Amino acid sequence: MIEVKDLYKKFGKNEVLKGLNLTIEKEGIFTILGPNGSGKTTLIKSILGMVLPDSGEILINGESVKKQWNYRFNIDYMPQIANFPTNLSVDELFDMIIDLRGSEKRKDDLVKLFGLGEFLNKKLGNLSGGTKQKVNIVLSFMFDSPIIILDEPTTGLDPVSLIRLKDLIMSEKERGKTILITTHIMDFVEQISDQIVFILEGVIYFRGTVGELKTKTNKESIERAIASILTETYA
Amino acid sequence: MKRILFFFIFIQLSLLLPAKTIIVCSSCEVKTVKNAVSLAKHGDTLLIKKGVYYENEITIDKTLTIIGEGFPIIDANSKSKLFTVIADSVIIKGLHIKNIALSYTEDLSAIRIKKQKYFVVEDNILENIFFGIYIEGCKGGIIRNNKVTAEAVEEFNSGNAIHLWHSKNIKILNNHVEGARDGIYLEFIDSTLVQGNTSTKNIRYGLHFMFSNDNEYRDNTFETNGAGVAVMFSKRILMYGNTFTKNWGTASYGLLLKEIYDAEIHNNTFQENTIGINADGSNRVNISNNNFIQNGWAVKVLGGCYENIYINNNFLNNTFDLSYRGSLNGNSFNGNHWSTYSGYDLDKDGIGDIPYRPVKLFSYIVNMTPEAIVLLRSLFVDLIDFSERVSPVFTPNNLLDERPLMRVIDN
Amino acid sequence: MLKILKYSFYDLIRSRWSYVYLAFYLLLGSVLLFLNNDLSKAVITLMNVIVVLTPLIGTIFGIMYYYSSREFTELLLAQPIKRRNIFLGQYLGVALSLSASLIIGLGIPFVAYGIFYSGAIWDYITLLITATFLTLIFTALAFNIAISTENRIKGFGYAILLWLFMAVIYDGIFLLGLVMFSEYPLENFSLIATLFNPIDLSRILILLKLDISALMGYTGAVFQKFFGTNQGLFISLGVLFVWAITPIWRIVAKSNKKDF
Repeated sequence: MIEVKDLYKKFGKNEVLKGLNLTIEKEGIFTILGPNGSGKTTLIKSILGMVLPDSGEILINGESVKKQWNYRFNIDYMPQIANFPTNLSVDELFDMIIDLRGSEKRKDDLVKLFGLGEFLNKKLGNLSGGTKQKVNIVLSFMFDSPIIILDEPTTGLDPVSLIRLKDLIMSEKERGKTILITTHIMDFVEQISDQIVFILEGVIYFRGTVGELKTKTNKESIERAIASILTETYA
Repeated sequence: MKRILFFFIFIQLSLLLPAKTIIVCSSCEVKTVKNAVSLAKHGDTLLIKKGVYYENEITIDKTLTIIGEGFPIIDANSKSKLFTVIADSVIIKGLHIKNIALSYTEDLSAIRIKKQKYFVVEDNILENIFFGIYIEGCKGGIIRNNKVTAEAVEEFNSGNAIHLWHSKNIKILNNHVEGARDGIYLEFIDSTLVQGNTSTKNIRYGLHFMFSNDNEYRDNTFETNGAGVAVMFSKRILMYGNTFTKNWGTASYGLLLKEIYDAEIHNNTFQENTIGINADGSNRVNISNNNFIQNGWAVKVLGGCYENIYINNNFLNNTFDLSYRGSLNGNSFNGNHWSTYSGYDLDKDGIGDIPYRPVKLFSYIVNMTPEAIVLLRSLFVDLIDFSERVSPVFTPNNLLDERPLMRVIDN
Repeated sequence: MLKILKYSFYDLIRSRWSYVYLAFYLLLGSVLLFLNNDLSKAVITLMNVIVVLTPLIGTIFGIMYYYSSREFTELLLAQPIKRRNIFLGQYLGVALSLSASLIIGLGIPFVAYGIFYSGAIWDYITLLITATFLTLIFTALAFNIAISTENRIKGFGYAILLWLFMAVIYDGIFLLGLVMFSEYPLENFSLIATLFNPIDLSRILILLKLDISALMGYTGAVFQKFFGTNQGLFISLGVLFVWAITPIWRIVAKSNKKDF
């Protein structure tokens, strides 16, 4: 369970989060949407403890995350840009994160799923962007934690891998996990979201299913729905 | 006339009489050295057995040979001086003399020899003395293999280990002198040889020459003295093969040359002294084949120095090779090896193709502002030294080694 | 922390630049020793190089490593690890791998030459100790700059400026001050000014070994005491230690308050 209460965060003069409240009680797939600079990444990073909020509170399973680090055993995170130490091989990176974090549950399955077998001994510096992204995916799923946060997971993936990722996310949901995703690919949103969390100017502007969003804005597609929100508020 | 003749015959007879040996020991008939001296006749030998003898002020007024067996201890108990020799050809050998009194008015000595033609002082141990061996007005003699130690703390209340005054033709050989004011002191001394001695931990000088001409000192070691050797107001001194090390301190040096003419300084080693050679008024001195190793300043030329020639010396890893005051004055530094020389030798003749400048700008700065020494070897200082080397502004333009040697000379 | 250290260390010692750095010292040491055949001179030349170079390399490696591993750091931050351990681990990884390159690079030729049987062994050890200190200090300073400066170009600029200041400019101003105020007693000033620059401090440590003959020529009582007894050694080492600890402490403090 994730509870975010009254979260404020300023970067310099730029107020990004302005009293954001969000409670996610149950499992499911939550896509976090919003225009650039709306505070999506800041929210995610606040949950992860990478950004330190000015005020407000974040509780994971009822406990505040402030100055804590143990709670991150419950979270798998996939960052937006996968940039790994170039001198390590893929396997060494896996071993390293496993070493840091404890035992993995299903590395080999994931490696097979994304066809990374032949790259295991390659240096990370020599991999293509797409392959790195696959490494990134394996890394963030292999610990089988109850909460999964994916920041733009589709970047650089080929269609086959994209489908596999989608399937993977769906099956994780079936297994009772809470999954937060940010993405700009609206098809992807439409296909997998249980709920959409739309952030605008530092607060939650809308929360509900894809259907509810369409109804609310009276639009056929999710792209248009979002566009209409944006034009309305900025008009 | 008759009386004189008789006297003469008497003397001759007494010389013909067999010399006898007087034995001194605690269980002998003669129990003190003083007593033995008074009993002895001209030419006798005193044999002093191992033991401890508390004595004072023994005056030797006849030619005697005094020999210690097993280093008998003659102890003045810090109350007086000991032997005063006023007879010719006295030999003092194998004694262990201790505890000479300190005096502010008189140079109290362990052995003092006054105005004689010849003497021998050898194989003695002199310990805790004020003055050790004090020679005045002698025309010949040998001081050999003695070990003289004192515990001097301050100059004004300490004496010299071996002190020579107004004498000539003396040989000072293989002695060890330690902890006195001056290790060896020579004033108005001519034609004297100082060889193979070790002079160490003396609070002023290891060896001190004043107004003494035509002397030679060679193969001596001067280590950790207030200053190594001071040669002042003297002519024609030969200095060969000596070692000057670790003479550290404010304005301390291995060798001081003050008002010196026509000296020869060859094959010496100056190592880890604050200043290797401190030249203050030296003229026509040849300094060749010496090693200057890790000194603060290898050579410091203060002024009044004319026509000195430095050649075939090794200047190795000194903080400063040369500090120089005034203009060149006919002094030459050509043909030495400098470890900081960074030039090249394209024609492979062993001589660097570009001249070496032994004076660094920073040594001037340090002379002016001594505290700047803490910036030694900093990049900034290297930079200003470099720029000065490229275009000299402060250092004399013609102060160069035109023929710097690429290789260390095997001295 | 040890795990992060281990990985950063392995990451770095397998990078090309570590080899270059190692090879540089190997070459430098070998050339100095086997071409010159003079151990003392080699140590002196090395000292001149090291006092300037190790801070530069420490600064550059520190700042480059921090910036280039920023994304990876973010990955680590999302893992259940204390922040302090991540940054300390990375810092120590860089600093120790640089020190290792240095010690191995200089160690091999000198040991091969027979430093253990030589009188210069203590000069050499002093050299290695100060070089290691300088690496630790300047890598830490570089990390500080990097943590406080998001812009890489700026951060890099500041780092180079810092090095330039410490290595050259500081001494220039220092010397100018000494010359300008030479009629005042400057003993204490010059010693204290030395303490504020770790490069100067390291130099002093080495001077104590190499130039004690010259240092003892100075008249002042404070200098006599500082250089003539072990006081200088202990104070210098102590302040170097403070110089190392302070920026490391600040890495921890800064990183605990920073958003990523």
